Amino acid sequence: MAKELNSRIPEGPLAEKWTNHKAHVRVVNPGNKRKLDIIVVGTGLGGASAAASLGELGYNVKIFCISDSPRRAHSIAAQGGINAAKNYQNDNDSVYRLFYETIKGGDYRSREANVYRLAEVSNNIIDQCVAQGVPFAREYGGLLANRSFGGATVSRTFYARGQTGQQLLLGAYAALNRQVAAGTVQSYPRHEMLDVVLINGEAKGIIARNLVTGEIERFGAHAVVIATGGYGNTYFLSTNAMNSNGSAAWQCYKKGACFANPCFAQIHPTCIPVHGDQQCKLTLMSESLRNDGRIWVPKKLEDVEKLRQHKILPSDIKEEDRDYYLERRYPAFGNLVPRDVASRAAKERCDAGYGVNETGLAVFLDFKSAIDRIGEDKVRERYGNLFQMYEKITGVNPYEQPMQIYPAIHYTMGGIWVDYNLMTTVPGLYAIGEANFSDHGGNRLGASALMQGLADGYFVLPATIGDYLAGHFKDPKTDINTPEFAEAEKAVKDKIEKLFSIKGKRSVDSIHKELGHIMWEYVGMARSEEGLKTGIEKIKALREEFWKNVYVPGENAEFNQELEKALRLADFLEIGELMAFDALNRNESCGGHFRVESQTEEGETKRDDENYMYVAAWEYQGEGKDPILHKEPLKYENIKIATRNYKD
Amino acid sequence: MDFKLKIWRQKNARSKGHFETYEVHDIEEDASFLEMLDILNEQLINQGIDPVAVDKGCQSSGPVSFDHDCREGICGACSLYIDGRAHGPDDEVTTCQLFMRKFQDGATITVEPWRSKGFPIIKDLVVDRQAYDKILQAGGYISVRTGGVPDANSIPVPKPDADESMDAAACIGCGACVATCKNGSAMLFVAARVSSLALLPQGKIEAARRAKAMVAKMDELGFGACTNTRACEMECPKHITVSHIARLNREFLAAKFAD
Repeated sequence: MAKELNSRIPEGPLAEKWTNHKAHVRVVNPGNKRKLDIIVVGTGLGGASAAASLGELGYNVKIFCISDSPRRAHSIAAQGGINAAKNYQNDNDSVYRLFYETIKGGDYRSREANVYRLAEVSNNIIDQCVAQGVPFAREYGGLLANRSFGGATVSRTFYARGQTGQQLLLGAYAALNRQVAAGTVQSYPRHEMLDVVLINGEAKGIIARNLVTGEIERFGAHAVVIATGGYGNTYFLSTNAMNSNGSAAWQCYKKGACFANPCFAQIHPTCIPVHGDQQCKLTLMSESLRNDGRIWVPKKLEDVEKLRQHKILPSDIKEEDRDYYLERRYPAFGNLVPRDVASRAAKERCDAGYGVNETGLAVFLDFKSAIDRIGEDKVRERYGNLFQMYEKITGVNPYEQPMQIYPAIHYTMGGIWVDYNLMTTVPGLYAIGEANFSDHGGNRLGASALMQGLADGYFVLPATIGDYLAGHFKDPKTDINTPEFAEAEKAVKDKIEKLFSIKGKRSVDSIHKELGHIMWEYVGMARSEEGLKTGIEKIKALREEFWKNVYVPGENAEFNQELEKALRLADFLEIGELMAFDALNRNESCGGHFRVESQTEEGETKRDDENYMYVAAWEYQGEGKDPILHKEPLKYENIKIATRNYKD
Repeated sequence: MDFKLKIWRQKNARSKGHFETYEVHDIEEDASFLEMLDILNEQLINQGIDPVAVDKGCQSSGPVSFDHDCREGICGACSLYIDGRAHGPDDEVTTCQLFMRKFQDGATITVEPWRSKGFPIIKDLVVDRQAYDKILQAGGYISVRTGGVPDANSIPVPKPDADESMDAAACIGCGACVATCKNGSAMLFVAARVSSLALLPQGKIEAARRAKAMVAKMDELGFGACTNTRACEMECPKHITVSHIARLNREFLAAKFAD
């Protein structure tokens, strides 16, 4: 059955759409909210803020997370900040400017109406967080401080040292805790959703595994919200937390929710370079460092050679022998170009042989001139914890020698397709935060992920979910003893049994690492038709290898981390293929998606607006079959489409 | 680098645990402690020893379970007691930020879970820290609803207060303070939250009530009393100081006087 994509974007002028929409969507009266159950999966910024807000409204909420506490969701690791159009700096910021820069930063592949709404509610988020006691950085006068992030012409990023995600999540987690205490939210830590259950085509519950006992449990509801983040760990090495995974979203896809723009993955320019084969995780160095850090490589290859042999220190290289390549290529934005641009520029220099470490895959991020300008104390105040983290990991003191950095997978802009109400193509099934595709187009700007997660959770979903639930308040509690639940539970149990029965020779991690290599090589920073086709074949072969030769030790009825990883990898092996498939279809370069066939003479991305100005939403057709592509055309009525220019 | 590892193995909460010794070889000095454990686990998996067989008398017991996630020192999941120190022999780090270059080549390293009445063992090195959630649910928040709040800049906060609040808010809820304390007290954890909020005008309003409710919950859940040994401060990976315990005590006394 073919899906109809209806984005439900409200009519009317852009600036009035959200207000008008809120005024006209249906709401459930307070007495009836008590009768309605909502499942929220995931406790990051999106999930925690949604569950807390829905609980406050009076719904019965159940919230699930795979870690031992909601506070450990990966939002906690976001460093740099959160954008808002407050214009506290008097630098002429506005809702429109934030909207415009987000669309432009996303290379004109996101929805105007969604992005405008995001910019509009950004200000409410800051108010909300301050009221919750989030200790944002402040000026001496007691008011809030800001800093700059990539792709922005104004200083609109609010921050709490290098731990903004942590502080915002602790705010949302506190609001969640308040609702748990009030009895409106029930929390299920160490539970992993393994399937979504549909009854008559509508989402009515989930199957989850209790990660302590291994028990497979059924949970019913009137609506299900997916807030489980992105699928960046398909690449094995990424800045995502080790347990972050795409499985919940993937089960939704396999049950009929369309998956949009899967190939849009963000590669973050400033990560600590890979040190060796034993590594399993890459560490991000916040984009905020590009406020004061300057990125460079030597101009002379002989200097590069000496650096690699440790014959000279970076500080020995004279000013005139350094190539500050971002400042050279993009004078208007300099070191603060968007992430995709900065990443490709680093790759370009390293491919040309200027990489500064033994592997040839590193460039410098240097604070010398900032220390000369504002002093070491000021630099410490701004970035102290990041510098400390860098020194702990590398053993190098970044106050004395420049940091070494290289791009790494960081975030996925693609995700479950949602309409303006954040509902997927499955009625009653919602996706929020990084799990959906909606706001960032081909590239997310720094400090916008936190904004989107909290916008969706605090302000958008609580307003829109009522529109669906208002038609269901007479429905009784969802009965979990139906054939649909039984069938879903059985499928999950069969899959687990199958995994144990293989008893092969390879560990889950060894196969995951191999998948990561394939993804980085063929579906990474530079993609070509030939490479993508090869990648797809290799992924398919590896998937076969997995199902024939993986070894999952232990049993289901226990705490079993290898089983958890195996279940997630089974899905990554399918997600990776869809990413490549989508990348192959999108024969243009835009944002983080770079097709070598589509570039300018200077090596910049070349969009093809005539043929690809659409959201690619894929519909699952069953194992071994190609998914069906649905195109949601993107219309720009309030913004002039242009080639992204960060040069002048 | 080569190491001998003495690791606590325990099948589940009900079974008795014991130490087992393993060897790992060719570890890079830049590998983190958890990456070293990944390598050990890969080794144990490749040996193909069926952990279920352990119940039937087998010596080894499959891969070692341990909590971990972000691997950059912020999620608070990792929680290993290494050679008698919470998060091992380095200062101001979580276990995932501990690197093998901190150890002598050839050393024998002892790895245990947090040991505290408040944190029952789930398996091997994994403990149950839900008690921390429960303490925070008792009052570790400011009672505001979503929406209907004033403009952010209408609540000025003196910079030193905001900074100190942030110092306390840096707590990652890992449990090192409890694991280190000879009394198994959660005072530093509770104090960090109470102090962080009490320093802000928004949080001041409920400060006394919050302190009282959280301390009562901490006591109820079996955490010990604070006897000011300051061991918690020494091992806190985020360098949260006992000055916050002093502030907690002030708020707590204020609540008592109000009763």
